[in-house]
Amino acid sequence: MNIVLRLAWRNLWRQPRRTWLTTGAMVFSNVLLVFMISIQFGMYGLMIDNTLQIFTGHMQVQAKGFKDDQKMRQTVPDVIPLASRLREEFQTETIAARGMAFGLASSEKRSFGIGIYGVEPQFEPRVSSIPGLISDGRYLLDDDAAEIVIGSVLARNLRTSKGNELTLLGSGKDGSFAAAVVTIIGIFESGVPDIDRNIAHIPLRLFQDVFYMDGSGHQVVVMTSSLGDAERLHPDISAALPVDEDLVVHDWDALQPGLKQAIQADMSSAFFMYGILVILVAFSVLNTQLMSVLERTHEFGIVMSLGLKPGRLGRLVMLETAMMGAMGMILGAVLGAIFTYWFTVNGLSIPGMEEMAAMFNLPARIYPQVTVLSTITGPSVVFLFTLLAAVYPALRLHRLHPVEAMRVN
Amino acid sequence: MTAVRCVDLCKTYRQGDQDIKALDHVSVEIEEGGFVCLSAPSGGGKTTLLNAIGGLDIPDSGEVWVAEQRIDQMSKGELADLRLANIGFVFQAYNLIPVLTAQENVEFVMQVQGVPATQRREQSLAILEEVGLQGLEDRRPAEMSGGQQQRVAVARAIVSRPALVLADEPTANLDSKTADELMALFTELNRHHNTTFILATHDQRVMRYAKRLIRMLDGRIVDDIEQDAA
Ligand SMILES: Nc1ncnc2c1ncn2[C@@H]1O[C@H](COP(=O)(O)OP(=O)(O)OP(=O)(O)O)[C@@H](O)[C@H]1O
Ligand SMILES: [Mg+2]
Repeated sequence: MNIVLRLAWRNLWRQPRRTWLTTGAMVFSNVLLVFMISIQFGMYGLMIDNTLQIFTGHMQVQAKGFKDDQKMRQTVPDVIPLASRLREEFQTETIAARGMAFGLASSEKRSFGIGIYGVEPQFEPRVSSIPGLISDGRYLLDDDAAEIVIGSVLARNLRTSKGNELTLLGSGKDGSFAAAVVTIIGIFESGVPDIDRNIAHIPLRLFQDVFYMDGSGHQVVVMTSSLGDAERLHPDISAALPVDEDLVVHDWDALQPGLKQAIQADMSSAFFMYGILVILVAFSVLNTQLMSVLERTHEFGIVMSLGLKPGRLGRLVMLETAMMGAMGMILGAVLGAIFTYWFTVNGLSIPGMEEMAAMFNLPARIYPQVTVLSTITGPSVVFLFTLLAAVYPALRLHRLHPVEAMRVN
Repeated sequence: MTAVRCVDLCKTYRQGDQDIKALDHVSVEIEEGGFVCLSAPSGGGKTTLLNAIGGLDIPDSGEVWVAEQRIDQMSKGELADLRLANIGFVFQAYNLIPVLTAQENVEFVMQVQGVPATQRREQSLAILEEVGLQGLEDRRPAEMSGGQQQRVAVARAIVSRPALVLADEPTANLDSKTADELMALFTELNRHHNTTFILATHDQRVMRYAKRLIRMLDGRIVDDIEQDAA
């Protein structure tokens, strides 16, 4: 082994207790970081999955401008053939067409303004979890039957139930008056109050008839197996769209800006806390290395007298720190991953997260996600700051005077 | 060629309210291949002069030339390089690196110089044998006697065959037999490799080996004589 490496390693173990204490601080904070970051990633993953699965999907094809200004006439023409062609082209069933209108739903007793979605009964279950959340009755089957599925809160608000009729009122694509009478065949319960209160599904062909859509719709929803897949697929889907129409593909984060903002806000407050933790560790390293440099003044005087430049001496101190930091990083990452893994199996509940949990349809128990990223992010940042903390002690060596240094005992 | 040239060196230390002239207008020239003994009573300025020659300490005034280069104005880095390449030091207090073994201490300078491992190993083992330390290669300084540590320090100073060796009391802790062996080794290096030696000592036995004897007193050179070495 290189003699400088050897020297660095042995120097570390001159004061084993001090080295272990400093390394221990790193290990502790690294375990904590791995744990916290894994929980965060796990939570974000759940938030995204659950929110997107309910009905947004990973991507949507829409008319340009529809996302920001949901006008009836900003349509995707021939939406059913388009969805069918995309399914064929990409060899997947998880693509479905939809139409969307705001309207008034009236029971015998009450009326509420809701979002009415025209869906393809055969494919909607592949892109959305709502069809699977029917708590009473069944989901849509026929392409053009006068049937409707509504959320449980809406049913309660309308004081109606399965088997009753609802009157839908709204305006068609051309602005004309649109109306239909449909039978409630199913009630769904997603657990997200907003969705259960505001959404109803009717067959897309019926939707097109009622709202004078002339074969058009408003979205083609695409679901993929992961966010990464969605990103890869995005350009291909864009390329597959008819060129003469003004259509665009939106990613989930554009479709659900609130979700992304919530994640970002949560991340920045979390990273602020992590930052404080990292800085505390860095100061403990600074203290350790400064002490270890000061107490070796005599020895540094010797090696400088022998012809070692202050810069190389500085590198020795950096190397010692790097070794200590590497121990803290590896031990911390491994222990952190093991510790956190236990919770990925058993789950944990965090007090104070209920609000966010309710908002984004999260289960009460959270299962952290131990990934390579969540395991190495924290420890490597700690490692970097550790090195940074050693810069000052290392630079101090440039001020060392060999004879005076050797005089110190 | 001159190995070392000092011109009008002065160095004053302040102790309490009085100035101590550790070097008082010292001028001296030492030829390459010289074997010089510097002798003075304690506090006479030997260590101060050796430090100035080795570039470890900068004099208050005057010039220091080593290997035809003026060194009293060099930067720390340049001085370090000069020492690494040209000068072997034996310090008065042996000054070994405590966490390294005898052999590693000896190899240290070569390692910094970038000498390959096998050559390092060969040379360090050979030199340790020459100073009579075979078998002690793996001991750390704390596990050796004063005389043994001193010999490691000597081995470290000469192992990479520097052109100039500055030794401060290299025999202070040695019995006369070991001291003679060490001086024989120095003499041989001086003869065969033309290594310049400057030794500070009060040891009469050491002075016998010198070709030139410089006596100092209170920071001044008071006597400078050529002699036939033993
Ligand atoms: N750093 C220092 N601070 C103050 N005075 C010093 C310092 N270094 C040396 N001196 C003084 O300078 C004078 C010369 O010291 P130096 O060490 O050169 O003597 P020396 O000949 O090597 O003595 P010894 O034989 O005891 O080693 C002494 O009077 C000493 O007290
Ligand atoms: Mg001295």
